[in-house]
Amino acid sequence: MAEKVLMKGNEALAEAAIMAGCRHYFGYPITPQTEIAAYMAKRMPLIGGTFLQAESEIAAINMVYGAAAAGKRAMTSSSSPGIALKSEGISYLAGSDLPALIINVQRGGPGLGGIQPSQSDYFQATKSAGHGDFRLIVLAPASVQEMVDLTFKGFDLADKYRMPTMLLSDGTMGQMMEPVSLDMGEVKEYDKSSWAACGTKCEREHNVVNSLFIQPDELEKYNFERYERYAQIEANEVMYDEYRMDDAEICIVAYGVAARVSQNAIDKARENGIKVGMIRPITLWPFPKAVLNAAADKVKSFVCVELSMGQMIEDIELAIRCKKPVLLCNRTGGMIPTTADVLSKIEEANNIGGDK
Amino acid sequence: MTHQILLAGFGGQGILFSGKFLAYDGLIEDRQVSWLPSYGPEMRGGTCNCSVILSDSQIGSPIVSNPDVLIAMNLPSLDKFENECVAGAKIFVDSSLVDRKVERTDVEAYYIPATKMASDEGLSGLANMIMIGYMIKKAGVMPYENVEKVMAKVVPAKKQTMLALNIKAVELGYNFD
Repeated sequence: MAEKVLMKGNEALAEAAIMAGCRHYFGYPITPQTEIAAYMAKRMPLIGGTFLQAESEIAAINMVYGAAAAGKRAMTSSSSPGIALKSEGISYLAGSDLPALIINVQRGGPGLGGIQPSQSDYFQATKSAGHGDFRLIVLAPASVQEMVDLTFKGFDLADKYRMPTMLLSDGTMGQMMEPVSLDMGEVKEYDKSSWAACGTKCEREHNVVNSLFIQPDELEKYNFERYERYAQIEANEVMYDEYRMDDAEICIVAYGVAARVSQNAIDKARENGIKVGMIRPITLWPFPKAVLNAAADKVKSFVCVELSMGQMIEDIELAIRCKKPVLLCNRTGGMIPTTADVLSKIEEANNIGGDK
Repeated sequence: MTHQILLAGFGGQGILFSGKFLAYDGLIEDRQVSWLPSYGPEMRGGTCNCSVILSDSQIGSPIVSNPDVLIAMNLPSLDKFENECVAGAKIFVDSSLVDRKVERTDVEAYYIPATKMASDEGLSGLANMIMIGYMIKKAGVMPYENVEKVMAKVVPAKKQTMLALNIKAVELGYNFD
């Protein structure tokens, strides 16, 4: 195993993208993800890659579209308000079946909001990253190591399914340093010759990359096909982690930094004799519905911990068919729930009966 | 064994660097480590803090809300974090910049005029590492014999002239009393 190094989440993520073969990065600075762009600016010229600070977020996502259309691994990164600006381009990527990795190191909103960590772009990432019928694969890292691993994985999934993938992180994950291994193995290459617009050399028909289909039956056909692919992803690509769930009577559901805080609270609650565990979604889409639904038959209640006014909680309630009560433990605007906040919500969940 | 360390002071005092120093010790000792800076407008000339956790088991939250070791390099930091410390915590105060004593009686307070010592010894700007040296002596967060090895990792290649000075600053703090 490679020696571990101490790196900031944002920088580790950027290095992982390079190791995954990304040589085209387009971005625009915004706190708390600027280290990604800064790292790319330093590294890309040394390895024959392209770092380009675009004139705006909108320009950056359209440059990603161009590079992806040419069959290259391309990435952009931003934080919440910047991602909102990219939403048109994200929809075009999806409509043109182009692979790309989009990084959101979330900060508080709405509007220009603040710069402290947040998870209030959950709806945006999982439900409405742009107009039209489409999905993003959404990956949620909870450590610097996962910033690396999921960046690597994100590029692979994007290529495998020919669709944009989002890494939904937050300011804490971006700014913190942890020991990390950058040993990620081989990059899997995908044949893009059937669709990439990378020059015909007058030897083949043109590949056309496009999202405009004026005939409604034709557009519907493409949408149906895309959703067949989405069904495969839902069947094959769900990722989650379980923590102390074996005998749990209460199930916490949390991702990213909220899961890290929850882990402390679970350990404390266990010391007090409360049987609590956690299911941590790593893919927010596809959402780990089946494992949550199965857990609902065993536990008496759920606690959703998130840095928003309650967004993922809706997916939990849907996944478990509202079979058990789901309590919300949340802070927003850049505030993070403390271990004590989560612990007191666990105690509340422990005091309610089994049936809603 | 887990140490929850909070380092706090003004931007420019090297708070983040001294936290990084501790984090690198964790790295070379193959411990679990997290380092989390405060970031934002408060860093520009205002207060700055840094959470460092060193542990032999998996680290949950990287946020240190209730430190067992606090380094306070200015008055606002002591005001803000004194009451957040766990009972029995060790609080280290730069007494050349903070003119009050720790008020709590259920913690151990240590005072060292680090900023004055730094300027007296020609180690201007290295009060942070004097604080670290003293803290290592009293709180035992990392072994003293690791200091040189860790410093070699954490001082950037471009600033090798700073290596010996940083080590000297840690020594000075370590031998303070």
